[in-house]
Amino acid sequence: MFELIGVPPQALFGQLLLGLINGSFYALLSLGLAVIFGLLNIINFAHGAQYMLGAFAAYLLLNNPFYSIGYWPALILAPVIVGGLGMLLERNLISQLNVRSKTRPLIFIASFVATFLALAASHLSGGAVPDLASLAGYKLDPAAAYGIAAIGALLFTSLLSATNMLKAPDADQNTDHLYGLLLTFGLAIIIQGLFVNQYGSSGLPYTIPDELKGGQNLGFMFLPIYRGWVIVASLAVCIATWLIIEKTKLGAYLRAATENPTLLSAFGVNVPRLVTFTYGFGVALAGLAGVLAAPIYSVNPNMGADLIIVVFAVVVIGGMGSILGAIVTGFMLGIVEGLTKVFYPEAASVVIFVIMAIVLLIKPAGLFGRTA
Amino acid sequence: MTLDQPRIIASQAVRPFAASPSFLHAALFAGLAALLAILPALGLYPFVLAQLLCFALFACAFNMLLGFVGLLSFGHAMFFGMASYVAAYTAKSGLASLPFWLPGVGRFDIPVGLPPFAPELAMLTGAAVAAVLGLIVGALAIKRQGIYFAMITLALAQMVYFFSLQAPFTGGENGIQGVPRGHFLGFIDLRDDITLYYVVAAIFFAGFLLIYRIIHSPFGQVLKAIRDNEPRAISLGYRTQRYKLTVFVLSAGLAGLAGGMKAVVSQIATLTDVHWTMSGEVVLMTLVGGMGTIYGPVIGAVIIIAIQTYLNNLGAWVTIVQGTIFVICVMLFREGIAGRLSRWIKRPL
Repeated sequence: MFELIGVPPQALFGQLLLGLINGSFYALLSLGLAVIFGLLNIINFAHGAQYMLGAFAAYLLLNNPFYSIGYWPALILAPVIVGGLGMLLERNLISQLNVRSKTRPLIFIASFVATFLALAASHLSGGAVPDLASLAGYKLDPAAAYGIAAIGALLFTSLLSATNMLKAPDADQNTDHLYGLLLTFGLAIIIQGLFVNQYGSSGLPYTIPDELKGGQNLGFMFLPIYRGWVIVASLAVCIATWLIIEKTKLGAYLRAATENPTLLSAFGVNVPRLVTFTYGFGVALAGLAGVLAAPIYSVNPNMGADLIIVVFAVVVIGGMGSILGAIVTGFMLGIVEGLTKVFYPEAASVVIFVIMAIVLLIKPAGLFGRTA
Repeated sequence: MTLDQPRIIASQAVRPFAASPSFLHAALFAGLAALLAILPALGLYPFVLAQLLCFALFACAFNMLLGFVGLLSFGHAMFFGMASYVAAYTAKSGLASLPFWLPGVGRFDIPVGLPPFAPELAMLTGAAVAAVLGLIVGALAIKRQGIYFAMITLALAQMVYFFSLQAPFTGGENGIQGVPRGHFLGFIDLRDDITLYYVVAAIFFAGFLLIYRIIHSPFGQVLKAIRDNEPRAISLGYRTQRYKLTVFVLSAGLAGLAGGMKAVVSQIATLTDVHWTMSGEVVLMTLVGGMGTIYGPVIGAVIIIAIQTYLNNLGAWVTIVQGTIFVICVMLFREGIAGRLSRWIKRPL
């Protein structure tokens, strides 16, 4: 058995693989953040919670009394669900963030609260929500009922906004970054709190689909097939996203909207709708990362909470200017983290933050950033 | 660019503040002092009150950055928590030696041999360590602005969190328990809850006055100028980076004083004080009370701690309630309670 710089190759390549997998998640998540930031100018603090939602969506699609949906359909369905919820969020809260009129958000909050209370009351009196559930023979926890009530209320209010009552204005140039961060932070702790209530903080298992079980002996190391699949899938999605944004007409619209939304809407492009879809897409990327993560890490409500801060550091290192920066830095830092685990394990959890500090000292705009 | 509503209030605020402190403020300070003096007589738990004042001072220190310079530091828990660890450790075990590390030499310890610190010294040591940490973090973070600043402080705070989890002196998951309260200044016995409360109230009031003084000094006026229009402040010849760093260190030190005080009051230093959820809580306190106002953070701290204390048996619902308050404040009530009040009476609070 030969040794590499005093470390057995099995351990080295094992940690490299682990680093690559973490890097896949960093890349997917920071890519979603970058896409959202580019158009909406807000840092989506709820990204970690939405990643967790993706994992839970896959878990709930598999383990529910109605119809058990396996891994492969969930891979499409869960991101769509999570992205859809994200679009509701954008339509109802984020786009209302900088509305100068005082009544519009008031109407929104009032109708949301009223609908929520109505649904919750109907639950408490044994009305519509538990009835539907008991028809299917499923005992619904109060927390789940309130969650359904909240989603119902969101749907109702977005119906209202579709009928022009709460119509969002054109994207505002002076979008206030900090309030976007604070709003999504509040949303993140609500979502996490709801899931902690329902499922507790301990992890739930999600089995690896049969086709991807087992592993391959590569000679120098043993590669579990699922892990290889995660890396390939994430790389493919990242490259596809990059191609869409850089090479297609839709991507050109997106880039134009980040430069000058007013001019773009003068050309007849529906900018608010573009913004909503972009947010939905970024959130769906987080959801996809969640589904991919479900069989590797145990599914639990706090899985995104600490990850999101690492992803923020990745974003600072890469620089928010470029999509490519998010992808490259994500994978690179995953590998660096894996290598640190081999050579200096004590520093593994802080190495990314140390790199962030060094990059800030040398190149404050980030490695791929355009402006300081 | 940022924080438009408090700015409106502040621009109204500049003229009366530049002159002598108004009668209103003198009256409010007297009222606050009187309120602090009689609170335990109203039947409230002095221990809970003392803890509340620690958080109130923390929120005031945080607001000095967010409300008056427009810097959203999302990692202020690192100063609060680190100071609480340092104060707890020095008050309990003193300082036997200082560990150092040099490349080539490795780890070596310089013996100091100090016995357990008196509570006031422990708190000040905590505040000093927090201020030094603030100097390092601030120097890194003020290179970027806006949300980048927030993300960088958050990431560095997470680094401090991992450090606290792994460092030998913090007790890992258990934290530092059984911190002795000792005798304040050598003769005031802090084991009595009422005495403890009055000492904490005095420190809080002193810190509060200090922040008021900083904000209403010429230095504070420059800070507001930076918040309202940084390029203009630069073109007027102010070295804004220096001003920002100075106020960051001051804020970190005061947050550290609050953290050290909390360690002495609750006799424990734990990981929750360094975790980023604590940073979020202090933002929430400031937002609810009114950022950019003097009294706002105190009001916010009272509300948030009251929610946590009295809704404690609701479990995880407390965080949901907090998150909902967060969302409602951001969407509808950005000026906060003190901000709204000061708009009604047309005087800055």
